[in-house]
Amino acid sequence: MARQATPSNFLVATLDKAVAWARTHSMWPASFGLACCAMEMMATGGAHNDLSRFGMEVFRGSPRQADLMIVAGRVSQKMAPVLRQVYDQMAEPKWVISMGACASTGGMFNNYALVQGVDQVVPVDVYVPGCPPGPQSLMHGILTLHDKVRAEAATR
Amino acid sequence: MSNPPDIPSGELETPTRVGDDTVPVSDRVIKELWLSGTEAPGIMERFTSEGAQEMRLDEEGAVLAEQMGTLVVDDFEVDALTSDEERQILNVGPQHPATHGVLRLQLELEGEVIRRCKPVIGYLHTGMEQTAEVLTYMQGPTNVTRMDYLSPFFNELCFSLAVERLMGIDIPPRAQAIRILMTELNRISSHQLWLATGGMDVGAVSMMIYGWRERESVLAFFEQTTGLRMNHNYIRPGGVAADLPDGWEGTVGALLETLPKGIDEYDALLTENPIFLDRTQGIGVLTPEECLAYGVTGPMLRASGVDFDLRRAFPYSGIEQYDFDVPLGKHGDVYDRYLVRMEEMRQSLRIVRQVLETMPSGDYRTEDRKVTPPPRARIDQSMEALIHHFKLFTEGFKVPPGAVYEAVESPRGELGMYLVSNGSAKPWRLHVRGPSFASVQALPVMLSDGLIGDAIAALASADPVLGDVDR
Amino acid sequence: MIHEMVQRVADAVPGSQLEESYGQAQVRVPTERLAEAATAARDAGFLMFVDLCAVDYLHRSPRFEVVAVLLSLDPPVRVRLVAGADADAPVVPSLTSVYPGANFYEREAYDLFGVRFEGHPDLTRILLPDDWEGHPLRKDTPVGAVPVQFKDAREVT
Repeated sequence: MARQATPSNFLVATLDKAVAWARTHSMWPASFGLACCAMEMMATGGAHNDLSRFGMEVFRGSPRQADLMIVAGRVSQKMAPVLRQVYDQMAEPKWVISMGACASTGGMFNNYALVQGVDQVVPVDVYVPGCPPGPQSLMHGILTLHDKVRAEAATR
Repeated sequence: MSNPPDIPSGELETPTRVGDDTVPVSDRVIKELWLSGTEAPGIMERFTSEGAQEMRLDEEGAVLAEQMGTLVVDDFEVDALTSDEERQILNVGPQHPATHGVLRLQLELEGEVIRRCKPVIGYLHTGMEQTAEVLTYMQGPTNVTRMDYLSPFFNELCFSLAVERLMGIDIPPRAQAIRILMTELNRISSHQLWLATGGMDVGAVSMMIYGWRERESVLAFFEQTTGLRMNHNYIRPGGVAADLPDGWEGTVGALLETLPKGIDEYDALLTENPIFLDRTQGIGVLTPEECLAYGVTGPMLRASGVDFDLRRAFPYSGIEQYDFDVPLGKHGDVYDRYLVRMEEMRQSLRIVRQVLETMPSGDYRTEDRKVTPPPRARIDQSMEALIHHFKLFTEGFKVPPGAVYEAVESPRGELGMYLVSNGSAKPWRLHVRGPSFASVQALPVMLSDGLIGDAIAALASADPVLGDVDR
Repeated sequence: MIHEMVQRVADAVPGSQLEESYGQAQVRVPTERLAEAATAARDAGFLMFVDLCAVDYLHRSPRFEVVAVLLSLDPPVRVRLVAGADADAPVVPSLTSVYPGANFYEREAYDLFGVRFEGHPDLTRILLPDDWEGHPLRKDTPVGAVPVQFKDAREVT
């Protein structure tokens, strides 16, 4: 039986919005700070640029309790399987921000040792450029992710 | 640990394989993992077990002695009667909130006591020493500055000093004073970050907020001067990249007012705090002989009572004209390292104050045209200046052939660079001696026979920066 | 200007050459005497082990060079011990019996260059994954760069 095509799924539209609101307002990051970008990520959580106004200052040590993985820093060949394992251990829904030039494309280190872009290993939602991106850039990336989450359907 | 394979003559030996020989581990296909999207533990174990770096329960005796260090006399004897069931192997890291980066520690535990520890590193290996051979000397600081990313100015300074020694050029006094100003402020910001993360590791979570708060004001000054909060590429061979901005005296003066208040606040929070004392006194002790044997330098060496500071022994960049004390500890435990670093911050402030008062005027980089690009205004006027600028930034300047080893006192210890030049515009070999490499090597000595909680405190006190360790 | 401590080390090792360049002293020792030279240095007062690295001089014989930097704290003097290693089977005596701190450094030189250290308790890879093939910092190994593709350029295969 064909499903009735309604212009918008009006029954769940409000539920969609509510779920997206809940997701964006307490998206807990998994601590995956690797290198210099991790310092700027921690600075974003510090008092000057406060991540806790978005409900995000709790960096969970366990990926089971995290929604967002901010890959902050350069991913070496040895670390790539670990990165994948941590990503797999996160529960759905989950998002990935690739922070910095090294995570996005390999950065200035185009050589044997680094994975040239973390999107070779995990699917990325938002790329934040910079070397390292300052706290304001990272916040902009996080808010862009929030916009993206609000635009998504709840069944993810 | 497997024995190193016998060398067949004239061949590269095949790498050791571990575990299931039917699955070729070297066929590491990341894309397959992505598409599979599951965490099949068997597959993951093959990809994340470290092969010859695994710990096996049946190892003891000679291995334990090796990890203890041949110069160490230790009362602990391996009890051969301990049954295997009482010991377990715990893996700390590489993704862990308390390992200060991607360090992996394999611990063999008996209850909560660590009997053996094996650090596994290489999770941040970036091939920077190879990248250094591809970049010119002008681009070199951008690469080395990202090694020890908590003290970027020191990396740049060491590199520039090595290049300047090979080229035999003199640096004007203002450039030297600016270098000392930036590096000593960097020492303060690095120690503040250490206090923040170290404090949080032992449970003083508010230290995290305080440490970052003061660090922000120092980073703001760095941004004003160099354009970046971190990884500045400011100290270059020949001097510094740009002069200090107008009004820098006011900014530094304000820093000299707020930073001592911040340090006093950390003092009030931690120094007499009974919980902090319990968690840090007598923990992670390194004797002076152990420090010397493993090459541990910096605040860890001084906390063990050895009076050695590169700023005094091999002075660089005119630091000998400033008055400062070198703090020493006595017991070599975590608490002494904390005290040494706190006092170092105060002494660095003293140096900064002296630099502020006595900053000479003059050039911020050498006049030697082989190294320094012409002033930007002249590029509009003179064709030679334009060509010269172009050649310097594309080809780079050539450095006479030779090899030098240059070292500076970074917040973690002796940061050294062995630079080999073959007369061209790019280094032939750049080897960086990171101070944290030696500290991580000394970890098994510090952690053995301690509790896991003490291991975290001792690791925090070693202040390892994995960018330095793995490069 | 060579410090007399460095002179003592050079005198204690037969076949060694004392070199000085750019104000820094270096003792080039025959390869098989490297551990002996390190012992002599430690006895002369160079108590701290600082650094050990390998260098690949591609078209030179011996091809590889192992450089150990040692430090005396009081008086503050540094010395470099330099030993060569052949291209085909580069083997050098290990310094771990003299200075335990050489352990990780020798593993790194083995990992990145393939120089073996005889007498090292655990000569395995340290920085690269355990099943990596090759030694990337050798001069005849390519950098491993990935060609950068730009959006409007032709596809690079």
